[in-house]
Amino acid sequence: MNIISFLGKFFGRENEADTSKTIAKQRLRLVLVHDRLDVSETIMNSLREDLINVIGKYMEIDKASLDVSLSRDEAGVALVANIPIINVKRQPEVMKPIIQAKQATLGE
Amino acid sequence: MGKVIVITSGKGGVGKTTTTANVGTALAMLGKKVVMVDTDIGLRNLDVVMGLENRIVYDIVDAVRGNCRLKQALIKDKRMENLFLLPAAQTKDKTSITTEQMVELSEKLKEEFDYVVVDCPAGIEHGFKNAIAGAEQAVVVTTPEVSAVRDADRIIGLLESAGIADPLLIINRIRTNMIKTGDMMSVDDILEILAINLLGIVPDDDAIVISTNRGEPTVLDDASRPGRAFRNIARRVEGEEVPLMNLEEKQGFFGRLRHMLRAD
Repeated sequence: MNIISFLGKFFGRENEADTSKTIAKQRLRLVLVHDRLDVSETIMNSLREDLINVIGKYMEIDKASLDVSLSRDEAGVALVANIPIINVKRQPEVMKPIIQAKQATLGE
Repeated sequence: MGKVIVITSGKGGVGKTTTTANVGTALAMLGKKVVMVDTDIGLRNLDVVMGLENRIVYDIVDAVRGNCRLKQALIKDKRMENLFLLPAAQTKDKTSITTEQMVELSEKLKEEFDYVVVDCPAGIEHGFKNAIAGAEQAVVVTTPEVSAVRDADRIIGLLESAGIADPLLIINRIRTNMIKTGDMMSVDDILEILAINLLGIVPDDDAIVISTNRGEPTVLDDASRPGRAFRNIARRVEGEEVPLMNLEEKQGFFGRLRHMLRAD
């Protein structure tokens, strides 16, 4: 600890993590996540399409009531997806090649 | 053929007009033929910052609508032969110029001048869209404050979707002492957040207020620190590689003492 930071502590100054600049940066990061996604509807729509495609490989989902949005609290921003499942496939498409490969080795 | 550069920021009061006046003047000092265009219709200010407010007869709306010839609306600077101002209209409606007219105007000015420096109004409405319409390069001005950086981010997004790629950043009103104590975002902090290339940094300095009071761009003053910063920016616009200036403020006794104590 150098003299300055000692004096800083002595006079009640917060440590690095609490400086107003760090707070400013943190707040900006969070607000920009929202701004950038809010502004660009296309990003959210494209994300939604991709999610439907990926999840659709494993389960049948209700595309109409699928909801993808951002939720924020003090700590950060989270992507929250609410995806109602209609049915789960017994044998997902992606598993077929793996299962076939297993069967092949068993058959040998 | 000249180049059209728009100076923009989103947020008001971060120094767009000051930047336009100083970068324009500094480019003229480098021997370039420059015209500064004030597109802030209804709130014109570039004329007073340049000290040319008494010479205005016609304005940008007159020129665009053909009430006068373009040359008649251009005001020659008092100090330099190769520096001109096209003032904004003060009394007309904001929507009195269309985007197409603005593009046409930029094309005409480009034939005549090496640089057309466009001062953009605050906001993201009609005036902003007009100001960027004819530009091939955008310069985004911000200050180390949360609100200004946020708006800069928005503007960068809008510029990119308008097809003006790779805008450059000027960070204005930097206070080194506050950065040292952790109370102001540093140049690196801001660049990390905005992720665009830096054109220059300008210290917060009383010289700006004084030069604006007088209507004399601060680049004309050799001793002015922001003046030097803006001259450096103009040289970079011209393609020269100029290192960022050291913004260390002059230190008093306690400043030096603090510096000594810190050098451990």
